[in-house]
Amino acid sequence: MRKQFIKTIENILGQDEGLVLLLGDIGVWGFSNAFEKYPDRVYNVGILEQSMVSMASGLAMTDHIPVLHTIAPFLAERATEQLKNDFCYQKLGGNFVTVGASYDYASLGCTHHCPADVGILKQMPGMEIVLPGTPVEFDKLFRQTYSNGHPTYFRLSERSNKVSHNARFGKASIIKKGKLATAIAVGSMLDPVLTAAGDLDMTILYYSTLEPFDHKTLKKNTQSKRVVLCEPYYSGALTADVMKTFLGRAVELYHIGMPKKFITEYGKAEKHDELLNLSPAKLRKRIKNICQKKS
Amino acid sequence: MNKRNHTKKLKKRIVKTAFQAGEGHIPSAFSILDILWVLYDKILKITPGKYGHPERNRFILSKGHASLGLYAVLGEKGFFSSQELEKFAQYGSFLGGHPDRNKVPGIEASTGSLGHGLPISVGIALGLKIKKIKRAKVYTIIGDGECNEGTIWESLLLASHHQLNNLHCIVDFNHSTDRALGLKNLKRKFLSFGWDTRVIDGHNHKQIFSALKRESKKPIAVIANTIKGAGSRLMENNPAWHHRSPTKEELKQILKELDQHEKTIYKNN
Repeated sequence: MRKQFIKTIENILGQDEGLVLLLGDIGVWGFSNAFEKYPDRVYNVGILEQSMVSMASGLAMTDHIPVLHTIAPFLAERATEQLKNDFCYQKLGGNFVTVGASYDYASLGCTHHCPADVGILKQMPGMEIVLPGTPVEFDKLFRQTYSNGHPTYFRLSERSNKVSHNARFGKASIIKKGKLATAIAVGSMLDPVLTAAGDLDMTILYYSTLEPFDHKTLKKNTQSKRVVLCEPYYSGALTADVMKTFLGRAVELYHIGMPKKFITEYGKAEKHDELLNLSPAKLRKRIKNICQKKS
Repeated sequence: MNKRNHTKKLKKRIVKTAFQAGEGHIPSAFSILDILWVLYDKILKITPGKYGHPERNRFILSKGHASLGLYAVLGEKGFFSSQELEKFAQYGSFLGGHPDRNKVPGIEASTGSLGHGLPISVGIALGLKIKKIKRAKVYTIIGDGECNEGTIWESLLLASHHQLNNLHCIVDFNHSTDRALGLKNLKRKFLSFGWDTRVIDGHNHKQIFSALKRESKKPIAVIANTIKGAGSRLMENNPAWHHRSPTKEELKQILKELDQHEKTIYKNN
């Protein structure tokens, strides 16, 4: 997905003179072409994420469209207040593209994990949140939103789904329809959820935009009144959105995602999945159990 | 009206406003009022009509809590009616304890949390360079307390690395931070970060003017020695007054002091 990010940005740099790319000393090598071609609009700012965000808001004030890039925790967690004050509160447009997601850097430890980012950014009025499931989806979603005058967070992951879906900003896709339950699969959770669901008679909705949340598609496709919320980060960041969808009506809501704890093991991300009951076998078991529950 | 009377008039307006509102950082506003006045009267050349022009000079109040000083000056310069000050910090007013760019005419950046305005100014200065707008300059006022924030030093590195000589950073050095984290020789620190640095008396209009008019190949720092609460003996350098509004008796005393004391402060002018 990072490769697509580089491709997309290089392309837009050529088309839109307003675009300015700021790197937090991350992914610099990949952008060597862009550095050469657009030296006055591509910067390796350095390792100072807070100032980088404030500085980007200054660029937005001079009618530029800033794109910032670094590893998720250094932006969403370290520079949280800058995102809140200098973009959301001041109503300025900017794009924040991060890599690493929850634990793509499994072997680097908790300082480089960022399972809290979506939950944190959900608390910022005006912040749009996008989790593309494939490189193609990133390209489409970025082009649709980058110049819309709002701050937008793009959470890229090394985990990709096999098939791209019709990626429309703010719209969920209906992957399949069924009677027993409705699963909300967020970003890279789609493939694992699809595999786990197998031939179970259930609805699967795919969400790549988390803010604004598409209430309509969920409401229309939950005849079972049973929702399984499948998130690839700290579980529950979308709970309030789901509950608001069914305001005043009873639904069963089940959570599948990361539990709120530090993963102090290293190794491969797949091992972490197992540890967190998110391996394909465990997922299958959990989703099957939910579908077979008597209401 | 001569310049002395202007700042005196504005200081009186500030104290009355804070009294009415029961809110405000008066000493901080007094500390930077002379600098603000010189900026808006002589340097910035921003008028309400020109505001919004892409080639305008910009001013960012990084130490947003001194908003009363800026509001008083903007009101005097016609960005809004000075009567609006009567509603300062009240429900429904557009003049809050910290300035909001989406509400107040003439405010470039919403500030309040310290350490944001300077990096924002760095971004504006870089943005102007990218657009090849040479005429416009960016001025910001930070406090010495604000210099505790890491983003200030990050920004000093950034501005000097990108040779942002269209950026002027004025430090309101009123020794707020002496009780916490003293800055010692601030000039040496700025110099070592690659800024063209000058130290001035922050209440001397002539010195302020000539420092802000300077051109350089480097970003320009002006360390302005100021007195927190300048003009009122009751408040001067008294931390208890940092965020406090006067009683009726205190208001009377401060107004009286402003009439008498201005002469002492400005004796060197």
